[in-house]
Amino acid sequence: MSEAADDLSHQESEKEFKELLTFFLAGEEYGVDILRVQEIKGWDSVTNIPNTPEYIRGVINIRGSIVPIIDMRLRFRLEKKEYDATTVVIILNVVSKGNADRIMGVVVDAVSDVYNVPANDVKASPDFGTAVDTEFVTGLATIDEKMIIVLNIDHMLNAAELAVVDTITE
Amino acid sequence: MSIDLEQFHETFYEESFEGLDIMESGLLELEQGEVDLENINTIFRSAHSIKGGSGTFGFTAVAEFTHDMETLLDQMRNGERQVTVPVVETLLGSVDVLRNMLNAIRDGSEIDVDNVSEMTTAIKGILGVADDVSVATEDTSSNAGGKGWIVNFAPFVDIMKTGNDTVRLMRELNSLADTAEVTVNNESLPPLNELDPEDCHQSWCIKLIGGDVSEDEIREVFAWVDDECDLKIESLADGKAQVSPEQTDGSEQQKTPAKSGSEKRANKPAESSSIRVNISKVDELINMVGELVITQSMLSRFGESEEFNDSTIERLKDGLAQLEGHTRELQESVMRIRMMPISFAFQRFPRLVHDLSTTFNKKIELIMTGESTELDKTVLEKIGDPLVHLVRNSLDHGIESPEKRVSAGKSETGVIELSAFHQGGNIVIQIKDDGAGLDKDKILSKAREKGLVTSDERLSDDQIHDLIFRPGFSTADVVSDVSGRGVGMDVVRRNIRELGGAVEVKSTQGEGSVFTIRLPLTLAILDGQLVGIGEETYILPVISIIESLQVKAENINAVAGNAEVYRLRDEYIPIVRLYQIFSVEPVSTELESGLLVVVEAEGKKIAIYVDDLLGQQQVVIKSLETNFKKIEGLSGATILGDGTVALIIDIAGLIDLYQKDMATNVVSIKGAAA
Repeated sequence: MSEAADDLSHQESEKEFKELLTFFLAGEEYGVDILRVQEIKGWDSVTNIPNTPEYIRGVINIRGSIVPIIDMRLRFRLEKKEYDATTVVIILNVVSKGNADRIMGVVVDAVSDVYNVPANDVKASPDFGTAVDTEFVTGLATIDEKMIIVLNIDHMLNAAELAVVDTITE
Repeated sequence: MSIDLEQFHETFYEESFEGLDIMESGLLELEQGEVDLENINTIFRSAHSIKGGSGTFGFTAVAEFTHDMETLLDQMRNGERQVTVPVVETLLGSVDVLRNMLNAIRDGSEIDVDNVSEMTTAIKGILGVADDVSVATEDTSSNAGGKGWIVNFAPFVDIMKTGNDTVRLMRELNSLADTAEVTVNNESLPPLNELDPEDCHQSWCIKLIGGDVSEDEIREVFAWVDDECDLKIESLADGKAQVSPEQTDGSEQQKTPAKSGSEKRANKPAESSSIRVNISKVDELINMVGELVITQSMLSRFGESEEFNDSTIERLKDGLAQLEGHTRELQESVMRIRMMPISFAFQRFPRLVHDLSTTFNKKIELIMTGESTELDKTVLEKIGDPLVHLVRNSLDHGIESPEKRVSAGKSETGVIELSAFHQGGNIVIQIKDDGAGLDKDKILSKAREKGLVTSDERLSDDQIHDLIFRPGFSTADVVSDVSGRGVGMDVVRRNIRELGGAVEVKSTQGEGSVFTIRLPLTLAILDGQLVGIGEETYILPVISIIESLQVKAENINAVAGNAEVYRLRDEYIPIVRLYQIFSVEPVSTELESGLLVVVEAEGKKIAIYVDDLLGQQQVVIKSLETNFKKIEGLSGATILGDGTVALIIDIAGLIDLYQKDMATNVVSIKGAAA
């Protein structure tokens, strides 16, 4: 944890805060742990990777590393949208159990804000049945009467095609 | 004064293993009847430094064991003992035991005491039946009534300040004799408050019993401290020393060799994490960096200058060209640091062949050439096992028994040739034998039996030979402990593929086989041919490209309306439309408007259809697996000059992918027909 976080815990010793970076995706606001965010950059062209699912847009070069880019709309089976001026790529550090950390980028409609959310205020998400992919959701938080969906990026970016161990063995 | 000796352990192991290798190859030469004094000396020196090192680090068991070997070698060196096959065999066995001991100590596991004592007995046995050696060594527990020495060692007060450690001397002395009895004289020790911890006030009287030590050997121990102590050495020949082992110096006494093995190390050190670099390579590197700095300062002048005219631009261009040259040279120098001669992988083969030919009762001569060919360290470490497998195979399956050879009109002794050389930016390793060659019919029937090929398939000779690399294929009728365990040639091929290389076999029945392994010089950089397909740029390794050509319509043929082949001179080569396999949008799907790049991997050729050839450049290979995962048909990615990512195509993987694609088509056609 950073020094800033230590300071926070001194000021508000009874409450633990979580800083979230939020972004928009099809009208909803989603949040990720800000400590995992490495950088935010505008959408630029990617190199396609053959024979991968559509939501894996391709790879880009981030200071010498080859980083895969995932379209969040497609990942969540939302409607496709043309990339525009506000479309950004959030570069995230993904922790995978027993493996070295990986870097991945996610394409979202726009970034929104940074919020300080008391950890207790993140409520477990209700059961949506099968309608929504809730396994990637840590919980829901309310800020200024708005609902923010807090994502579990480790879970999300380690699932299925992105899993460290190639599950499609023949 | 306490220096953490642990930090030197790694070096000690490395040097010791090197020493063992030297001993082994020396002994093998001896066995072939070349008794060369220089050779024996080399073996002796290696044994001696292992002994010295292990004594220093307190690996008493190793030091003792080596001591006996050393004694034997010393006798050989002095001409007191004949070099005979049993003696050399015993010494070879001892090298193995020693290697096991060192491995055990390094890994913190138990030393195989039985093994050690068995070999010690064997050596002592040889020493016992002396040619003209005066003293036979005996077991430590019994009192050696024979020769011994009394060593009076009184170091000067400042001995420790010169960097000498008396404990080390004691250990070394201890390793010389069977038993050592030490009395310490503390009389001159000052009171504690006056004691300087770096002073040495004690003197010692050491009785060495047994172990066949000469005065010179004892003097040698003290060679470094000669002028920093009073040393008196008296012979114990007429003395009657009564010694019990308990009285010896300190706790690390010899009796149980396993003791030093229990000096456990918490975590197993990573396999050869260090690298020995020739100093000239480092100097070269420093030179290059110097040049680079000069070029940089020259170029930075242009950044400061106010205006540009033709002459400055001309000079700028020159500077940039220089920079390019230097960068490339620097890159090559850095790569060379990782390069090691292939002899590191080859050196185990004389022993292997020697042992196996005894096991199989075959007469085999091993010829090795090109041992100084350099190869990337990572590649070198990983190529060892596949090579061993191939050599074993040649020995087991390839070379026939002497009787069979004679009846086939060949010389009794089979020849296995191991060679390494450069060829077109690749390292080629060949394993050639003059044995029976591959039995095509046997392979084919076996493959049919295992369902690897259908009975109506027509295969060329090379294709049949290639079948031995298929998983689950082994033709050995009898499963020996050497080959035929099921982990066969497919593992060899897979391992070599993982290194970005290829393996193929050529064989003539009755005359022998040649296995050819092609390996990239390095795993980090590749000469790439950039090709364009639609908006994408892919990179083909230049080494696998045979030629690129413009398509002539009359040479295109379709097989069953589906698979396309291109007739190139008198060969039919399958056309792979890369855009189909990689699902990208090409500029054109008409073969005539694009180009075909004929590539080869593992003896298979395909013609890749691309829109355009873009240029050649060296590319740095970046793994896709770091942040993503392995993709079939790709060996990695690289970053082009403009910062974009281009994918590097793995030709062997692409061929697999193409064949799978074709197979599914065939299935669907068959399904439709049925």
